[in-house]
Amino acid sequence: MNAHLAIAPVLLPLLAGIVLLLMRHVDLRVRRVLSVAAVVMEIGLSLALVTAVADGDILVYALGNWPAPYGIVLVADRLSAWLMLTTALLALFALLYALRGIDASGRHFHVFFQLQLFGLAGAFLTGDLFNLFVFFEVLLLASYGLLLHGGGRLRTRAGLHYVVLNLTGSTLFLFAVGTLYGVLGTLNMADLARQVAAAPAENVPLVRAAGLLLFGVFALKAALMPLHLWLPAAYAQASAPVAALFAIMTKVGAYSILRVDTLIFGDGAGSLAGLLTPWLLPLALATLAIGTLGAVASRGLRAQVAYLVVASAGSLLTAFGLASAEGIAAGLYYLPHTTFAAAAAFLIADAIAARRGELADRLDPGPTLPGNRVLGGLFFVIAVAIAGLPPLSGFWGKFLLLRAALDHAWLAGVMATVLVAGLLTLIALARSGSLLFYRSHGHAPTSAGNGALLAELAPIAGLLLLVGALTVAAGPAVGYVEATASQLLQPYQYIHAVLKGG
Amino acid sequence: MEALLALIIGVLTACGVYLALRGRTFPVVLGLTFLSYAVNLFLFAMGRLAIGRPPIITEAAAAYIDPLPQALVLTAIVIGFAMTAFVIMLALKARAELGSDHVDGRE
Repeated sequence: MNAHLAIAPVLLPLLAGIVLLLMRHVDLRVRRVLSVAAVVMEIGLSLALVTAVADGDILVYALGNWPAPYGIVLVADRLSAWLMLTTALLALFALLYALRGIDASGRHFHVFFQLQLFGLAGAFLTGDLFNLFVFFEVLLLASYGLLLHGGGRLRTRAGLHYVVLNLTGSTLFLFAVGTLYGVLGTLNMADLARQVAAAPAENVPLVRAAGLLLFGVFALKAALMPLHLWLPAAYAQASAPVAALFAIMTKVGAYSILRVDTLIFGDGAGSLAGLLTPWLLPLALATLAIGTLGAVASRGLRAQVAYLVVASAGSLLTAFGLASAEGIAAGLYYLPHTTFAAAAAFLIADAIAARRGELADRLDPGPTLPGNRVLGGLFFVIAVAIAGLPPLSGFWGKFLLLRAALDHAWLAGVMATVLVAGLLTLIALARSGSLLFYRSHGHAPTSAGNGALLAELAPIAGLLLLVGALTVAAGPAVGYVEATASQLLQPYQYIHAVLKGG
Repeated sequence: MEALLALIIGVLTACGVYLALRGRTFPVVLGLTFLSYAVNLFLFAMGRLAIGRPPIITEAAAAYIDPLPQALVLTAIVIGFAMTAFVIMLALKARAELGSDHVDGRE
């Protein structure tokens, strides 16, 4: 079993997606059970993967048993396993929320959902740059289907922008991949790291151009300023469980930046070492500022949460941009926290909007919501998590980030931006909360029963329990991410594991 | 031959970028198609240009051409086809639902 552990999380959602497609005429309840069962098994596989790599092993799966760099490999190290686990846990709660009827409002929801997981798992586990492109395309195609799920004018318009932007991004990705192959003659990431280090001086400018082009593509996926403009419209228009699942999509870009930055352009890359470092930190801080300002200025709750996703991408990449083991560890601890918190926020925004009739998620005073105590309580906890207040894990993430910045040259800038952004986030969410729950009058035209309310809020509470677990288990989690960071900063382990024959 | 191919790729890319920046969905789709043609040729050229050399090992051949870029191009073409088909359908849907073929749904 252990030999195939690196490929199992990729194959499982693919098979589940195919089976669900073949079963499209079978009763919806059967498909729901199958879809949830597949995601639960995916969580099990991710847990097994984390356990297998926790002590520093790097699992390499050579497809068709062709040795790297000639064959294609899947590689699972601590970083990949950590992101796989985050994805699988997030997917379960997003899917449970969708089972309340959203999955029936269009065709093939479960197929797209599983294929999205297939693309995400492949992107996190592949050890080959061209396959990273292929898995990006898989997850993007599935995300197009999910984004448009349910239909509607605004959704179609947002979908068109999202698709065109990402197609352009894919073209740039191919240009970068082609240049790297033309100059270095390989696309295996471990082999690329070796070849970049040994690149003759006349090839260095070409490799630099390709590397920065790759960075641009990943920055588009990660919603790094100024390539963040697509995100608020797309996420605010997507249906709630889809938006919740998309909370991991910006992390794919962040993961790719981190992987390429530490592995290919790490300290061993000679004159190309630290290629992205001058760009990453300033852009990440600007993203954090823009995202927070957008959240303050938003006139709808879903748009506000979407801007907070931009801000969280900024925080995450600020941590990675510090380019130290402490910074990377802080970012990796913050990553699952912000993913779960943003997903919970999208789900509660949908639950609130469903109870406000015509007002939907607009931030205007409206009627008193049915079940406003439960909703308000959950909203409060989510706001605490997102704003990074104690005692939840957001606070520890920010604390680790600021501590990592202490001996960085940009200390003042990082401190000021992160703290002011935290304050503005707090103000924005407090204003929304008081508007939605205190400045209300009369009663909502429709009232849902309490039983429906509890079933609806269970996935949100589940996501908050994950945030709570991350807080309670902060010791082991921080231990794991610190080990991950030190593994990332010693890329020769990865290179050696992949290319042991050569 | 290299100069000619470079010129073709450059012209295709320039046309693609210009069209992709237009305001209506049809030119945008055409622009994305031109861009994908350009990148396919570019990937192909990354295996170096040569005439009459086999990509597969034979006893008679004196020299070979790298087969990998051809495989990459094939993958990119297949993905490009799927994406073009999808974006055309989406553009038609947007035209029907928004009542305008402008990318923003209004003039």
